[in-house]
Amino acid sequence: MILWQLFYTFFTIGAFTFGGGLAMLRIAQEQVLVHGWLEASQIVDFVALSESTPGPFAINMATYVGASQDGFLGALCATLGVVLPSFIVILIVAHFYKQFQNSHTVKGIMTGLKPTAIGLIASAVISMAITVFVPAGLSLSILKSTEFYVSLAIFAICAFLIFSKKIKIPPVLIICISAGLGIAAGYAFGL
Amino acid sequence: MTKFQKALKLFLVFFKIGAFTFGGGYAMIPLIQHEVTVKNKWITDDDILEIVAISESTPGPIAVNSATFVGYRVCGVWGSIAATLGVVLPSFLIMLCVFFLLDKFQEKKPVQYAFMGIRACVLALVLKALISMYKKCQKNWVSYTIIAFSVITSVVIARFVPINTFYIIIASAVFGLVTYSIARRRANK
Repeated sequence: MILWQLFYTFFTIGAFTFGGGLAMLRIAQEQVLVHGWLEASQIVDFVALSESTPGPFAINMATYVGASQDGFLGALCATLGVVLPSFIVILIVAHFYKQFQNSHTVKGIMTGLKPTAIGLIASAVISMAITVFVPAGLSLSILKSTEFYVSLAIFAICAFLIFSKKIKIPPVLIICISAGLGIAAGYAFGL
Repeated sequence: MTKFQKALKLFLVFFKIGAFTFGGGYAMIPLIQHEVTVKNKWITDDDILEIVAISESTPGPIAVNSATFVGYRVCGVWGSIAATLGVVLPSFLIMLCVFFLLDKFQEKKPVQYAFMGIRACVLALVLKALISMYKKCQKNWVSYTIIAFSVITSVVIARFVPINTFYIIIASAVFGLVTYSIARRRANK
């Protein structure tokens, strides 16, 4: 039953996401939380793992969520689910790709889908930010928590490294740095 | 080369691409381009650009879409199966290992501290991806409306009324199609 649910859920996620893996994040957050498969903070952890391992985001996500529910078989069903819609659609499109590319209907739909992918990633970022900075919900007491300031400081350092045009550090390395900072701060402040 | 050898070669090439690119589908495109057009000469430069464009406008991960498409063009359905399997397998195996390792060490203090740092970092990484996507998007009132609509419905309104994100996507597609058709009709007059 869980295997079918994993397959079905990731099949719909695969079928409805345009514009690459990250655009899946919002739907994935929603579906994974609705089913109670992972907690919000685990989703952020998962995004981190996905960014620091090779391969497409969607596959990493399906494998991870699937494995968390039912080990190897769960991972297999979820991954199969997320890949299958692409596979089927591309095989069909490969036959008619001239018509597909010149189709005004496709162009019209894409003018709507591209911006919505951006909007959905933005909202995924907002809910991730809430999970990272104010896990217990918005309140003034957050200003007294050391964890909040530590997260904020690490975010600022990483953002500087990522957005800086002069320093070119691969994202994987920045993730390692942030892990080091987290460990150092954790022991220093006894969190 | 026999069909089987071709399929095997496709599998290996896409396995390598899947195993060595960090940062998802967009990061894979230059690699796919190099392997497919320069090294193996399976497909011409123009064709690969078309394949990428189509992969972006069909549902699903771009890496999987382009692997399936290239595989199909090189040697039919078996080719597409080989290429797709190749691009998916490394992620699948690596993620499986990561999951089981993490499951074992999750409770340990240093691991929890490390993740506190990593979570903050990932936020910055995704923010960067978001900004670069925004830069590539067309800047006009249709885009702005849809972006605002998606953010407001999925962040603000979804707090009070449960809204399935699928409906937001469908509504945006319909809105895009309608405005595009109206703009075309006006241009034709």
